[in-house]
Amino acid sequence: MKDLHVRLLAGILVACALSLVAYKVLVLHLPLTPTPDASVWHVEARISFTARGVPVKVQFFIPSETPNFTLIDEDFVAGSYGLAVDREKGNRKAQWSGRRPLGSQTLYYRILAHQESEDEILSRPALRRPVFPKVPDYDDTVGPAVEALLADVRAQSADTATFAWVLLKKLAAKSADENVALIRSHFNISDGQIEGLRKLLAGARIPSRVVWGVRLQDGARNLVPEPWLEVYNGSEWLIFNPLNAGRGAPGNTLFWRTGSEPLVSSEGTRAPQVEIASRRSVIDVYTLAEKRADLFDSRIMDFSLLSLPLQTQNVYRVLLAVPVGALVVVLMRNVVGISTFGTFMPILIALAFRETRLLWGIALFVLLISLGLSIRFYFERLKLLLVPRLASVVTVVVLLMAGISVVSNNLGLERGLSVALFPMVIVAMTIERASIVWEENGPQAAFKQGLGTLLTAILGYMVMFNEWLSHLVFVFPELLLGVLAATLLLGRYSGYRLSELHRFRNLLREQRP
Amino acid sequence: MISIARRLNEMGILGMNRRNARYILQYNQRRLYPLVDDKLHTKRLAGDAGIAIPELYGVVEIQHQVQELPSLVGEHTDFVIKPAKGSGGNGVLVITGRRRNCWLRSDGMLLDEEAIEHHVSNTLSGLYSLGGVPDSALIEYRVKIDPLFNAISYGGVPDIRIVVFRGIPTMAMLRLPTRMSGGKANLHQGGVGVGIDLPTGMTHRGVQQEVPITEHPDTGNPLQDVELPNWDVMLSLASRCYELTGLGYFGADIVLDRNLGPLLLELNARPGLSIQIANRSGLRKRLERVEALKEIPADPEERAGLAVTLFPT
Repeated sequence: MKDLHVRLLAGILVACALSLVAYKVLVLHLPLTPTPDASVWHVEARISFTARGVPVKVQFFIPSETPNFTLIDEDFVAGSYGLAVDREKGNRKAQWSGRRPLGSQTLYYRILAHQESEDEILSRPALRRPVFPKVPDYDDTVGPAVEALLADVRAQSADTATFAWVLLKKLAAKSADENVALIRSHFNISDGQIEGLRKLLAGARIPSRVVWGVRLQDGARNLVPEPWLEVYNGSEWLIFNPLNAGRGAPGNTLFWRTGSEPLVSSEGTRAPQVEIASRRSVIDVYTLAEKRADLFDSRIMDFSLLSLPLQTQNVYRVLLAVPVGALVVVLMRNVVGISTFGTFMPILIALAFRETRLLWGIALFVLLISLGLSIRFYFERLKLLLVPRLASVVTVVVLLMAGISVVSNNLGLERGLSVALFPMVIVAMTIERASIVWEENGPQAAFKQGLGTLLTAILGYMVMFNEWLSHLVFVFPELLLGVLAATLLLGRYSGYRLSELHRFRNLLREQRP
Repeated sequence: MISIARRLNEMGILGMNRRNARYILQYNQRRLYPLVDDKLHTKRLAGDAGIAIPELYGVVEIQHQVQELPSLVGEHTDFVIKPAKGSGGNGVLVITGRRRNCWLRSDGMLLDEEAIEHHVSNTLSGLYSLGGVPDSALIEYRVKIDPLFNAISYGGVPDIRIVVFRGIPTMAMLRLPTRMSGGKANLHQGGVGVGIDLPTGMTHRGVQQEVPITEHPDTGNPLQDVELPNWDVMLSLASRCYELTGLGYFGADIVLDRNLGPLLLELNARPGLSIQIANRSGLRKRLERVEALKEIPADPEERAGLAVTLFPT
């Protein structure tokens, strides 16, 4: 009954932990491994024109549907201009307006975008169903040629995608037959001109459109949006390179706008100049996740430890490791059956190892305990009362620590200085416990427990300060719910401890004959 | 490893985790612990219930009273000083006689007044108590060893541990002091545990430091087939302790005094598992058999009788 209760509780805790982790990983893209940085693109469009003291309106298309890129941040530098952003036929458009600007004017549009992958971008989602085009009236001069070509292509293709692909291939082929040559010259199909292609596709009633994408390069200025052909296949827009009929655009193509309207248009001034520049840089994944959370309107990152001041974050990096260490102690005591001085003393020692590093930590700890223990034995002969004796041990421990620091400093062993990081009261208590165990249960028991303490501390240190694990608990503190579930389950563990198998083994030996 | 675990399980060996989770946590209410963790409390309860105990000469509760020690001891030339909240026989000082100004400790060492006062002070400050909490020191009658045990003990008084579950004695062992244990009848410190046949009170073979033995390591005498006198009295004494505390699972430590017979020494709410090695038998099956009983008789004598029938030789 109680077991069922505990199991249910543990199950719920694990489910909570895992679903939160899944959300953070799949939606916010928080990393499961300690990769501290992510690469992002800074893209800047600079619009400049000369104003003549009359009301000015500048309209500029800005990216809206950007597959493979997550727009993390967007920023308009408008000065004294009024700014409005609206949607129009699947595009977004920024409109700056000013009453009486004079002289040379510069407007900026900046975005921060994260590129999801290096893979080619093959398609873009269709937000709504496009209008299917009517078959155009071709001139008599080309009509038969077009029909022949389309029939030919239709025969060689299976669906819209292959139809478009075959058609483009034929038109781009170097050795072209008469029909194709005629069509090419009539529709002005060369050097990536797209309108002609669209007319031909309309002949097969396939919706198509032109989309302008900027290929981002690190440190590039004066990037020019290039046209790509998009073909609607009934569910999404497939992207084709009009130059060579290839499918898809390179992964670094940031799609800017669709349609053939000019990128920038203006009233009250001559056509403004647009310069697009891009720069790659690195930001911390946590910042990225925070921005992404803002984007999804998710409150989860507001309650994240990453929103704390850095110093507090560092404290929690340590604190969050403690439950993991506690789990190690539970495993060592209840499943393995190792006895230690004090229940959680090994964790405190492991925390000290974090500062001193493992080998130095062990060496200093053993040195400190053995020196302290020998002095403690001397105190034993003085028959001191408990509390004064403890106080004396603390004093001796502090003196020993100071002594070790000074000696190791003189010897040039810098690490020896880190002895000061051992919690002296913990060391004093360990010495006291060790000496009592020594007195009462003999040196063997004291060594055994000392070794158990050290072993648990080492194991705890290795688990608690494993780079990957401490990253996990810090970025996904909800994993501690899983740790809690594990300790709850171990709280109802009623199997044998490993040490008991050893302890009771003689019973089996006797039974066997 | 798994096969060892499986075979131990088949034998019904009780592990520490199962003991704690299934028996101690389930049958022992925490509020009852102080009744047994404080021996003074147990003694008073037992005294009120008419259970035979070693006579209490006096209690030292605060440092100031340490000077009154001689008046508490009075005319007695032998006595025992023990911590009220001690465990595992730690901090027990046995004085067997007087030599002029000094006291004779059980191991033959002479202690002066100051040494004894220091021991009592340490006891009060919690050196021997569970968790180091402030404690009091009990001064009580020194149990005289029954001649029966002279052949199989060394330097101290043996005691009998009976594990009682739901008021029914389920397993028993005789604990013998050795040279290794420093005269204490504590298995952790090297004492010998000897299994006892519940119906008859006859001893089996023994165990020391978890190794099975057949002879006492110091005297060399066989441990087997010693018949404990007044066995039925001891069984009913253990059964009666159930009413005393209300604990569902505990160990009763009983000593056999040469003149006074069985006396209740103390109760333990977390009895150890070595008793299984001493008896070469698992506790778990026995506990499950008791658990399966629908009704537990209210009469201690009846329960003691039940132990004899439930766990035959």
